[in-house]
This record gives sequence, C-alpha cells and structure tokens, in this order.
Amino acid sequence: MKNLRFYIPVSVFVVLAVVMWRGLYLDPKELPSMLIDKPLPAFALTTVEGAAITQQDLPQQVFLLNVWGSYCLPCLIEHPTLMRLAEAGEIPVVGVNYRDKQELALRWLDDNGNPFAFSILDEDGRFGIDLGVYGAPETYLVDAEGVIRFRHVSVLDEQVWAEKFVPAIAELRRENN
Amino acid sequence: MRPHRKKRLAIIAFIALSMSAAAGLTMFALSQNINMFYSPTQIANGEVANDLHFRIGGMVKAGSVEKSQDSLKVNFVTTDFVNDVPIQYEGILPDLFREGQGVVAEGALSAQGIFVATKVLAKHDENYMSPEVKAAMEAAGASPQNHSGLSEQ
Amino acid sequence: MLPELGQFSLILAFCLSIILGSLPIVGASTNNLLWMSLARPLAAGIFVFLAISILILAYAFATDDFSVQFVAQHSNSLLPTRYKLTAVWGGHEGSFLLWTFMLSGWMLAVAIFSKSMPLDFVARVLGVLGILCVGYILFMLATSNPFDRIVPLPPAEGADLNSALQDFGFIIHPPTLYMGYVGFSVVFAFAIAALLSGRLDAAWARWSRPWANVAWAILTIGIALGSWWAYYELGWGGWWAWDPVENPPLITWLFGTALIHSLAVTEKRGVFKSWTVLLAILAFSGSLLGTFITRSGLLTSVHAFASDPGRGVFILAILGIAVGGSLLLFALRAPLMKSEFGFEPLSREIFLLANNVLLVVAAASVFLGTLFPMVYQALTDNLISIGPPYFNAIFVPLMGILVVLLGIGPITRWKKTSLVFLTSQLSKVAMLSVVLGVVIPLVIVLRFSFAATITIVLAAWILLSMLRDIKNKTANKPDLRSGLKALSGSYYGMQLAHIGVVVMMIGVALTSSFSAEKSVLLAPSESIDLGDYQFQFNGTLPVTGPNYIGDEATFIVTKGGNPVTELYPQRRLYLASGTPSTEMAIDAGILRDLFITLGEVKENGAWSMTIYIKPFIRWVWLGAILMACGGMLAAADKRYRRLRSRSEEKAVNSGRAGLRTAI
Repeated sequence: MKNLRFYIPVSVFVVLAVVMWRGLYLDPKELPSMLIDKPLPAFALTTVEGAAITQQDLPQQVFLLNVWGSYCLPCLIEHPTLMRLAEAGEIPVVGVNYRDKQELALRWLDDNGNPFAFSILDEDGRFGIDLGVYGAPETYLVDAEGVIRFRHVSVLDEQVWAEKFVPAIAELRRENN
Repeated sequence: MRPHRKKRLAIIAFIALSMSAAAGLTMFALSQNINMFYSPTQIANGEVANDLHFRIGGMVKAGSVEKSQDSLKVNFVTTDFVNDVPIQYEGILPDLFREGQGVVAEGALSAQGIFVATKVLAKHDENYMSPEVKAAMEAAGASPQNHSGLSEQ
Repeated sequence: MLPELGQFSLILAFCLSIILGSLPIVGASTNNLLWMSLARPLAAGIFVFLAISILILAYAFATDDFSVQFVAQHSNSLLPTRYKLTAVWGGHEGSFLLWTFMLSGWMLAVAIFSKSMPLDFVARVLGVLGILCVGYILFMLATSNPFDRIVPLPPAEGADLNSALQDFGFIIHPPTLYMGYVGFSVVFAFAIAALLSGRLDAAWARWSRPWANVAWAILTIGIALGSWWAYYELGWGGWWAWDPVENPPLITWLFGTALIHSLAVTEKRGVFKSWTVLLAILAFSGSLLGTFITRSGLLTSVHAFASDPGRGVFILAILGIAVGGSLLLFALRAPLMKSEFGFEPLSREIFLLANNVLLVVAAASVFLGTLFPMVYQALTDNLISIGPPYFNAIFVPLMGILVVLLGIGPITRWKKTSLVFLTSQLSKVAMLSVVLGVVIPLVIVLRFSFAATITIVLAAWILLSMLRDIKNKTANKPDLRSGLKALSGSYYGMQLAHIGVVVMMIGVALTSSFSAEKSVLLAPSESIDLGDYQFQFNGTLPVTGPNYIGDEATFIVTKGGNPVTELYPQRRLYLASGTPSTEMAIDAGILRDLFITLGEVKENGAWSMTIYIKPFIRWVWLGAILMACGGMLAAADKRYRRLRSRSEEKAVNSGRAGLRTAI
C-alpha cells in the first residue's frame, strides 16, 4: 500500500470537516439571559396610553412580551408578523416601549397599527434593564404564571416564529393542560 | 537502491524535516500567543490570575460610561447581568462602542480589581437600534416615518 | 412582480446547471458528442439567467422596493444611488448571488476561450463548474433567497446599509475579491477534469496556467483593495489585522501562489503532477472555506447573536462534497499519474519545491491560527483568541526565507545547476546587496537601523540577481535590445511580479518599523508635533450629508515651518442606523501617509483624536498591483494563444463529423 499517502489529504479534510461541523453548534457564548425560567420583574408603570399598570395586569395565559421603540427600524420589519399574530388572535402580545417618548410611541402605533394588547411605557429604560434588554427588537415568551420561558433577540419574522416560537408555545400549552 | 530513488528519498526527507520544524515552531508560537477570554462572572469567581493578559467580554452597563473631560481616560463597567467588572481605558473608543452594546476589552486585571484595557473592541449587531438614533433623526428634522418624504425634498 | 421574475430566473439557471453538471460529463466518458457539445451553450445560458437575476435585484434596490426583505434590511431611501446599487452585495444573500454570478462569468469565459482544448476536456471542466453552480444556487433557494418578500405588510422604509460599507472601497472590493476567489474554481475544475480523464500532462498544465495566473492576479488585487479599504475606512491605521475574515483570502492566495509556481514545473518538466493537482484543490478549498467562515457565523466573535447553523451546515455540505469528493478522487486517481523524476538536488525544480513548501506551511499556519480558537473551545469550552503576534512570529521568518530563495531561484537552471555556476553568478550580487543595505540608510536618514538594513539588503539581493539573470539571458544576442525583445511575456510577467514582491516587502517592513501615532486631546488653535511634522488644529464646523450629519475639523500640517497640507477629518452620525462613523483625512504620499481620525468633543470644546504617520504604506498596495500586473502579463503570453496543434485539430474535425452523424 505505497499509495496510502495519497489518502492523507482526504483524511485530514475529514477530520477538519468534523471539527467544523461541531464548531457550528458551539454556542458562541450567548449573553446569558439570567431571567429564563424566572418570573418577570415586578413593575408599576403606565401604558403608552397613560393607564397605570403593574405585573398583575399581564395576561393570565401564555403571551409574548415584545420590546420596541419608534426609533427602531428593524421593529418595522417584524411589525407585520406581530400584526398578523394579534389579528389572528393566536397569542396576546404585550409591548414594552423601551427608552422612547410617549408621543412618538403613540404616533408610531397610529401610523403603523397597534398589535399590542397594551404597551408598557418604559421611558427611562429601567424595566428594560431589569429585564436584561440590550436593544429593540427583542421578544420574550412568558407563561401563564408570568415566568419567562424563552427569549429571542433581534427581528421576529415569520421564519423565526414558525421555527422557534410555535414549538415552544405548543410545549407550554401542553404543560398547562 | 537506484540513484533516483535515493534522490527522491532525500527530497521527501527534506520536506518532512522542514514541515516538522515548521509544525514545532507553529505550536510554540501558538502556545505563546493565546489570549484567554473571560466573562465578568468568571472573573468574579476568581478564575483568572491577576497578572494575566486576557480578554473580557460583556455588555457595557447602561449609565456606567464616565469620560474624563480633560484627558482620554474612560471608565465604564462591563456586565453579564450577573457580575460587573469596572474597566479603565485611555484612548479613543471605537465608533460602535456604546452603552447597552457588546464590548470586548483586552488587557489585565489590576490589584484593585479594575481591568486596565489596552484595547477596546465594540461588537454590535445590525438588527439592533438604539434610542440615540431618535435624537439624531430629530436633529435632522426626520423621523423614521417621514424618511421617504425627506428624500423627495 | 419583478422580484418573482428574478427568482424564476434563478430557478431556470438552477435547472440548466443540473443539466450542465450531468450530461456533458457523462457524454465525455461515453464519447457522446451531442451531450459534450451542450456544455458551452448551457454555460452561456446560466450566465444570462444569473445576470437577469442580479439585475432585477439591483433594480429592486434602485427603486426602493422594501417589500423585498433583503432590500429592506440593507437599503434606505436616503441612501445615494450608487450605494443602493452596491448594497446588492451589502448582505449575505445578495453577495452570494454575486458570488454565483461571478462563477457563471468565469464559466462563460471558459466556454469562449477554450477553442484550443479538446471538446471532452471542455465538457468536463464546464460540467464540474456546473455541479458547483447547482450547489450554490440550491443553497440560495433553500436558505438565503435574496428575493424573499415581506408579506403582507412591507415596511415603508429600509434599515440602511452599514455605514462602514458606504464607501468607494466597498463598491469595488467584494466584486474583485469574489472574482479572484471564484477564478480558482476554474483551475480546480481543470484539475478535476484532468483526474477524471486521466490526462494529467504538460498540455493540461499549459491550459491551466493562464487561468490560474489571471485568478491569482485578480485575487491579489482583491485582497489589496480590502487591505486599503480597511486602512482608510476603519481608521485605526492598520492595513492587515489577521482577522478571521481576512485570513481565508490570504490562505487561498498562498495556495494559489504555490500553484502558479508548481504549474510552471509541471508544464516545463512534467514533474510534481499530483502535487500540482493537490494545490489546485487546496486553493479552491481555501476559497470555499472563506465563504464558509464568513457566512456560517462559525468564527464571528463571541458576541455574534444569531448565527444560523442551518446555513453553515449547508455550506459545510457543499464544502464536504466538493472538497472531500475531489480529494477522494485525487487519492484514487493520482497514484496512476507517473512523474518523471529527472532532476538533481540543485536545480530550479528544487527551488520551486522549496517555494511551494514554504508557501504551503505559511498557509497551513494561518489556517491553524484562524481555526484554533474554535477547536480549543470545542475541546475545553474556554474561549480564546489568537492575536497578530502569533501570525507575525510564523509569517515573517517564512517569508524572509522565501525572499532569500527568490534571489536564487530564477537564476538556476532546470534539471541541474552547478554550485560553481551559482556562486560565480551570485557572490558579487550578495556582497553588493550587503554594502547597499548598510550605506543607503546611513546616507538617507543618517543613522543605522537594523530593520532598514535588512529590508534594503533583501531588496537589493532580488533586484540585482534579477539584473544578472536578464544579462545572462540576453548574452547570446547581438545587442541588449534584441535580447530583451526575445524574452517571453511570461518571463517579464515573472520578473514584474517579483519586483512587486520587493516593493511590497519594503512597504511592509518600513511601515511596520517606522510608523508613529499619538492619541491626544486638542482644543481649537492648539497644535502638536509628531515625527518631523506639526499639526495645527483650527476647530470644527458642522457638516450635513444626504444621510448623515457631523463635524469637520481643520488641520494645518507643516514641516519645519513649511506648509505641507491641510487635513479635514470628519466625525459623522448616520441617521437611519444611528451609527457614528469616523471619516479619517489622509494626505497620501509615495514616501509617507499622514492621517488624522477624530474621536469626540469634550465639554470644554477640545477634541480627542489620533494622528498617524505611516511611512511607505503605499508600497504595500503598489507591490500587490505590480504582482497582479505580472500575473496578467504572464497569462497574456502568446504561447497560450497558439493555434491548436494539428493532432487536436484532427480530433475535433472527426468529432464534428461524428456529431453530424449523431444528429
């Protein structure tokens, strides 16, 4: 077998390919979301419309908590998805209007449509900091007990919805029954 | 052994020798130049020796950036939402550095527990926006809604 | 409607690729002339449909069609039109379409410029490229379709192009880099066709050489453009950072450089055949690896948010099938190729072999340094990074040895060179180089500098031995002019590229050794000294651009009281994305660059800023340009355009007759 040396390149490549394949699934050290499986932080704020609101007013079922702002262009990209979810009544969506101005937020909802059951007005970003938000958009999946079960960072489009949220929600609803 | 086989062997030996010398050198260089990467929690847990040169990564804690007004010194806090590490840096921060965004700093931990950075890299994600945009938009007389209007003027 | 047409066109190109990837190859092995002759028209068809696709995408950008998701994510109605058009490659989906389009362009070029090759070989080459096309287009359709719509409610405005990409460098860098990258697919296809047909001979090497040279030259320019762009746009004064995204093109380039040298040996002497094939496969693998690394999120930094393993797995599958398959084919077929082994330990073959070993070792160590953090994380779960010191520690000595050998290699003779001959040729050259190296720095800067001496010694060594070689080669002609005329284009190409190496080496060495920089806080009307220059800061004025606002500072630069230039660096804020951006101001010069980047303004009106002096930085890119010109010149050698030999002519003619009967 003196021709064995011609197999060296392909063998080296196979090893490398396996390493790279493993590498793909390495968690690129996602910033820890410390609140996963912990209850939402308590708050006493107002809605964007001005009504007083606390954690007691959150839906008593599985719901989405979506962080948005009128300054946030990617939010416009995910907006159609949220609108569709709200209109179809698939799941209640609660907004967190993060580090925004009330009148701009209201105008934004007016111009683009309001997919939210209500939006928590978080002008100084305190609630966002408690939640560990690092920017808009971000979406949390919260269960009926008010415990955060899943967090998605950046745009929530139909693909993310179908691939990540639908299975997670089905799981949660099964647990509850 | 025929002469050309001998030559061939000599050449193969030459290649093998230089390859292994190169491999040895490479490994040595590699072992000398590894920068470990730690999170604030790992630092808080004492996983790092004080004299070690390493990288730290986390978010820039909101409201923690203090820029000196008469020098290039900057202090800020990096956090992974569990533990915080104060960072000291002298120099110009990268364009994409800002509060609430990811940051990677390279340097060493001082005896006082302050990370003295020699290099600061900002990490950001294009799918994010920060409220600071709004101020800029207002300054330019535009908001995301009437952007297209502005271009028609 | 149009974007759907673009998608449809993409699907048509996909169908044609499937046919191209199958029938001509089968035809070549079953001697079916009709199937073989399909290859050229199919390649042209794929080019046309991909061109339609990319034009439609560009049109969607030009007309602000934000219902297309890719457009909405990478453009904005405020963006200047030229950046709207180049935003086509501002993101993953569009840049991959560009990549595939480039491949089809190369396929078209092969179809047109392959008249001198036998039909079965052309059919195999185009067939292999067709298989690559199948993989690429399938990848687009399955995981990264640039024509995906946002339905039912498209946004009114797009998210804007990353501000760092709104720049002239970005207009030209990615297309050039891709074109060079993808060009190695052609050389790869030649190698695979040779393995398939068992025709691994000097003719194959002669056909491959111009393609390899052109791809190499374009890649050289592409990498240099990237380096130049990073230098002036990113504003940190560096021209190379050993970044995981920069390294794969370099790895490809190193393999490619080894390949063009090895092809020379294979063509001229018929040796190193299987090694040359292996290099062709490796250079191509480097280009695919680059795609894999930048698009899978494999090596994006620790704070990459959502990397998409789905895409990564797909590219890895393409990589696995293409590279794994071809290496397996290599293992099966290469042992059948017999190489003559008729050369002595001191011969040009050996010097070219040494060149290859050094380049491949360099490529392998860059590869190792790039992937090691990932391997380390997989094994220990700890995150690490490998810094520039590692790469410098490996790269600089290897290239140093290469440059020393570069002075000897071209002067040696094929097959056998006597040591006496070499000594007689080079001893004076060596002595003169050392003398020049010591004297020149003393004369110019009046002090001794080790770095400058080494650089000049090496530069003189190569240039003088080059002159010596030209003198030898023209010695048997009546006069120098007719002697120079008789030398071939590929000889001049080689020497020009080697001059490029010298120029680049001077640039790299001097800019690394003698750069100066200073970060300071200056109030308006204050000034600062750096090197021999005085920088006077005259305050800032607000500026407004189409999609940004900012401040522009004024600096008066003087040297010993004489005015040198005025610099106007800017600090911008891009409106749609809110990203601040530094526009550095450069005074470029052949001997030095001066530049300033603005930081931010303090309460008392002082600005933070960094001032740099970069001696000889332009030489780095000038060297790359010379190398590329050399590659092009060698590829244009009229030897490659010679009419096909009589026997090939006959084969083709009988083929035509066969075709007529087949029809």
